[in-house]
Amino acid sequence: MTMTKPHHISAAFSAELHSLKDQILAMGRLVDTQVSEAVRALVERDPELAGRVIEADRAVNQFELAVDEQCIRILALHQPAASDLRFIAAALKIVTDLERIGDLAVNMAERVAILAAGPPLRAVAELPGMAASARRMLHDVLDAFVTGDTAKAEAVIAADPDMDTRAASLLAEVEGEMSREPAAVGRGLATIFFAKHLERVADHATNVAEMVVYFVRGQDVRHPGSI
Amino acid sequence: MDSPVKLRTERLNVHYGDFHALKDVTAVVAERRLTSLIGPSGCGKSTLLRVFNRMNDLIPGCRVDGAVELDGRPLYAPRVDVEALRRQVGMVFQRPNPFPLSIHENVIYGPRVHALAHGAELDVIVQRCLAAVGLWDELEDRLDDSALELTSEQAQRLCIARAIAVEPAVLLMDEPCSTLDPIATLRIESLMRELARRYTVVVVTHNMQQAARISDDTGFLMLGELVEMGPTAQIFTRPRDRRTEDYVTGRYG
Repeated sequence: MTMTKPHHISAAFSAELHSLKDQILAMGRLVDTQVSEAVRALVERDPELAGRVIEADRAVNQFELAVDEQCIRILALHQPAASDLRFIAAALKIVTDLERIGDLAVNMAERVAILAAGPPLRAVAELPGMAASARRMLHDVLDAFVTGDTAKAEAVIAADPDMDTRAASLLAEVEGEMSREPAAVGRGLATIFFAKHLERVADHATNVAEMVVYFVRGQDVRHPGSI
Repeated sequence: MDSPVKLRTERLNVHYGDFHALKDVTAVVAERRLTSLIGPSGCGKSTLLRVFNRMNDLIPGCRVDGAVELDGRPLYAPRVDVEALRRQVGMVFQRPNPFPLSIHENVIYGPRVHALAHGAELDVIVQRCLAAVGLWDELEDRLDDSALELTSEQAQRLCIARAIAVEPAVLLMDEPCSTLDPIATLRIESLMRELARRYTVVVVTHNMQQAARISDDTGFLMLGELVEMGPTAQIFTRPRDRRTEDYVTGRYG
């Protein structure tokens, strides 16, 4: 899928592959916006904005169906092989991860109402930073997907443990706040969930990164040491 | 590849006059596996196939250098009995070529020429070989009919029956489905899989999907060079050479 490859003899096949790539990229940008808007709704304490994020999930789901259908059509009509086949297989998995990121944005938006109902816990201040990191991973992996840059994809994979650490330390901090102030338990749980959702966004970006390495190099980097 | 080596070439070079048709080809064909040879027209895949039963000997100006072995024995040594070799290494051609004889006589042609069987033994061979290629049930009452009356698919099956009637070890097939319709093609492919349980089968095909569907191993040739040879699943999902990648994905070289 790198730019230096010769063209397919079949122009229709080339066009299908390009259009599939464009669709996935557009879907990636949409779920990124969804995450960004969910976090903005949290920061600006804006349940209406959160409602719009929940609404927009339908568009994410439409993308998932369209990409799946396009992959199946390419498999049936063009019998792709080698890197093209790996690209389609990766696309079918990537689209599931992107759709899950969209769902997580909805889950985050659903926490906004309770978080806006009372004064924010101190730990809420950590969330925009976590969101920025998760989104950077998402941007980088979409970029790696388009350019076939496996080094960039591997950097995304390498960034994931840091998100796990930050989510764990936020959990510990919120636990402390909740034990000191029982009235904050509802907002505390919502904060923990919110952080957990962001951490899961990073996990899905990592999955996409593994698929990028797979379709570019033909090498499965998931579950190292398990074979 | 766990199967023993059946056919092997090492630094094989074939020239037709000044034309260098195969260049330093080192290849291994494993026993009782189905090996496909793919590549663009003129890449040398049919030449390589024909090296294995010395069919190229018939072409004036053809020169074969390097090692070619069947079961570890050189095929091009001076004392090799070419007729005996061709009995061990049978061939099926692109266009079904039944002899203008009866169905029965087509099947027993080889065993009779090589004096492998007589009398009632020949009838046993006819039944066994026609059954092996899936023709016995439909033709058992028509054994004395001319083979020229058969459909293309039946004729190709008959040619395969004729090839296995002399109990070869290796079956070479040169584009065996290219004159058949898609359904007949799938049926012959399924027969080829069956044959690979008893014989070492080497197939030249222009149809990459056919190679992907039927073969255990695939070799890709280009401009006389064996670019890459390996398990079919690897060739079609993770080829090592860029030229193989471009060919199996249908890109301009």
